[in-house]
Amino acid sequence: MKRASLDVVVVGAGVVGAACAYYATLAGLRVAVVDRGPVAGGTTGAGEGNLLVSDKEPGPELDLALLSTRLWHDLAATLGPAVEYEPKGGLVVAADQPRLDALRTFAAGQTAAGVEAVEVPADALRELEPHLAPGLAGGFHYPQDAQVQPALAAAHLLRAAREAGAELRLGETVRAVRTGPGGEVRGVATDRGELAAPAVVNAAGTWGGELAALAGVALPVLPRRGFVLVTEPLPRIVRHKVYAADYVADVASGSAALQTSAVVEGTPAGPVLIGASRERVGFDRTLSVEVLRRLAAQAARLFPVLADVSVLRAYRGFRPYLPDHLPAIGADPRVPGLHHACGHEGAGIGLAPATGLLISRQLTGKPPGFDLAPFRADRFPGAA
Amino acid sequence: MPTSPSDPAAGYDLAVIGAGPAGLAAAVTAADLGLRCALLDAGPRTGGQYYRHPAPGLGATRPGRLHHGWRHYTALAVRLAAHTRAGRVDHLAEHQVWTAERAEGWLLHAGVGAAAERRATVRARAVLLATGAYERQLPFPGWTLPGVVTAGGAQAMLKSGLVLPGRRIVLAGSGPLLLAAASSLVAAGAEVPLVAEAADYLGYARRPAVPAAVPGKLAEGAVHAAALLRHRVRLLRRTAVVEAHGTDRVTGVTLARLDRDWRPLPGTERRVACDALAVGHGLLPQIELATELGAETRRTPDGAFALRVDARQRTSLPGLWAAGETCGVGGADLALAEGELAAYAVAGRPPSAGTVRRRARLRAFAELMAAAHRPGAGWPGWLRPDTEVCRCEEVTAGRIGEAVDALGAGDARTVKLLTRAGMGWCQGRMCGPAVACLAGGPAAGPDSRPLAVPVPLGQLGRLGPCGRSDGPGPSAGPRG
Repeated sequence: MKRASLDVVVVGAGVVGAACAYYATLAGLRVAVVDRGPVAGGTTGAGEGNLLVSDKEPGPELDLALLSTRLWHDLAATLGPAVEYEPKGGLVVAADQPRLDALRTFAAGQTAAGVEAVEVPADALRELEPHLAPGLAGGFHYPQDAQVQPALAAAHLLRAAREAGAELRLGETVRAVRTGPGGEVRGVATDRGELAAPAVVNAAGTWGGELAALAGVALPVLPRRGFVLVTEPLPRIVRHKVYAADYVADVASGSAALQTSAVVEGTPAGPVLIGASRERVGFDRTLSVEVLRRLAAQAARLFPVLADVSVLRAYRGFRPYLPDHLPAIGADPRVPGLHHACGHEGAGIGLAPATGLLISRQLTGKPPGFDLAPFRADRFPGAA
Repeated sequence: MPTSPSDPAAGYDLAVIGAGPAGLAAAVTAADLGLRCALLDAGPRTGGQYYRHPAPGLGATRPGRLHHGWRHYTALAVRLAAHTRAGRVDHLAEHQVWTAERAEGWLLHAGVGAAAERRATVRARAVLLATGAYERQLPFPGWTLPGVVTAGGAQAMLKSGLVLPGRRIVLAGSGPLLLAAASSLVAAGAEVPLVAEAADYLGYARRPAVPAAVPGKLAEGAVHAAALLRHRVRLLRRTAVVEAHGTDRVTGVTLARLDRDWRPLPGTERRVACDALAVGHGLLPQIELATELGAETRRTPDGAFALRVDARQRTSLPGLWAAGETCGVGGADLALAEGELAAYAVAGRPPSAGTVRRRARLRAFAELMAAAHRPGAGWPGWLRPDTEVCRCEEVTAGRIGEAVDALGAGDARTVKLLTRAGMGWCQGRMCGPAVACLAGGPAAGPDSRPLAVPVPLGQLGRLGPCGRSDGPGPSAGPRG
């Protein structure tokens, strides 16, 4: 084993790994980021870049999202316009009165937890979104919702980390996690050699279970497939992140069956993005005509003007999903020196800065200032 | 719904996608063998790119004059017409298939009409992919000027509209298509001062060495060479157009000699006046309908990806067959042979030994051609930082370089994510090879294009459950 010239090896060059590397480097640590693929080659590159508080019920994930919302605001100023940060706000609409009532109750709970949520009566919806379909019962405006271009966000976080001294090792596969006599982490072995470090951060996203297994512990990360439709470039006809209230139920669902609820938004580059489907089908990359049909129909129902617009492409990704829908963040009590930062499901872009900041505080021995207990990696049955 | 009029639920025995040489040969042969066939094509008429011919309204008296092997086409067209009349083949014109779905056989989802304003779903037991190829483009300063066209585009203009892209036309790039295009253009009255071939090989035009076993190909090359000689067209090897000049339109080009790796040699530049430039770097198989389903590919000697097929044209996916350029670019004669072989295989009948031999010979020749015209690694030497590489999204070579150097993008997909190169209307068909090269090497696999062509959102949304067309849309609210 070589002399430890590194303080931490971050495994994964997606947005979460990038944020971990960024904050750890700024905290003065010597960091290497290792990924078997390119920057943003996994779920980050297949995401829409949602920075949402609106879809989260009160609880630990919402607290994390609120912290991240503030951090993204600062990061956008530091990283510059290239990451396409847009604090555009979200608009959640309800198709009928029962759904509106449910949304109102949901929003009240969020407001108590620190979320800004403003009810928008039916007749005022079109002031916010002029092309929205008529006949909706009403909605809520969430000014804190925002968006970034996720691949650019990850790449620029890594660029900033490299400029501050971090080392980026792409196309390099971690084959083993090295441990010492007391079971503590000593580094990793890759297909190119040994990287000695007293800490390893598992930011391997959907493949985080595999990295955990290399360290000898179980972490039940599963893929949850999603498709996004991309239209031809358009002038700004969708101003916010707009979705139907049903989306929240889909996000929280643990069902393996296909769920779709259109989330529609414009982008600075022009195309409108239409997500989001959720299904547990392993790593099957085949295009699903049924998913496309449902997403398209739902989007056209929200924005009838989109019916005549061409869909140029579709892409799919695999959200890293843990059984209770919460990520694994922080030191693993089973393996000293092993830290997890994965399993963020569809919220990884949004939750990345908070995750990176909290990990860097743990790595530097500072109090995290945040209760990480709900995110412990050993919280699942049989994870001894 | 334009599926089989006799029994729409059961569908066809065979759906052939693409009505060029491979698809036509496959459809008429399969129908000869008793199969019920659908022949789908994006165009209004059969023939594909190769047998492209003018619309009847243009009153062309001798469309075959522009074509080598026109009699093959007319013979196939006559057989197709007989099968169509007898109800054995349905020619589904202006059907653009955007995806193939597996469902007790196959469902082909297509947009119908010149602007895909309608839709159709075609059911079939077996599918033959004969979707041909598209042109490989390599950017250079000035390539976006009006008057700069692709070599294939110039031929298409001539074949379908009987118009020329200019009066004095320079041809440049690499591959046998350049000579064919030059020959058509001079025959139609254009002045072609020169053909600049970037590779070190024009052998098939000059001496009958390599393709001794391929007399048809030789004859074709000889015809082109004779035509070019007669019209005093200069053939330059290891030469490229490294810049097109002009403000509103191309007025001239700069040529440069290239080294073995296609790096421009300083000091060899010279200007040539012209009012049009036709550029082509060979063809790339159009295979996304199959690769999106997971069909295996192989890399051809020119660096392209083609479908891997066995001796009977079967892809790695049961029930999916491929013929012609989708299996590796090799020209019309090879496509005709492969289409025929595929039809026999789908029908479960042994093919003629002669066709099997012809295919083997032509395929071997195609591999030689591909190797001779593989783009050299040094071509980016003629780019400048402000040269647009992706025209749809206006991404320059400089921005791609930044993504590679500053942001760590080391492959085409990451460059695309970080710059938008390849995300526009053409979905990277035009810039894909260039972006892959600038990203630091050839792509690891074929480009991903889940939708083979753009589809109107409303049309996607109106598909019936499980992809059956014309079903009612879901009546529930946005709840998924």
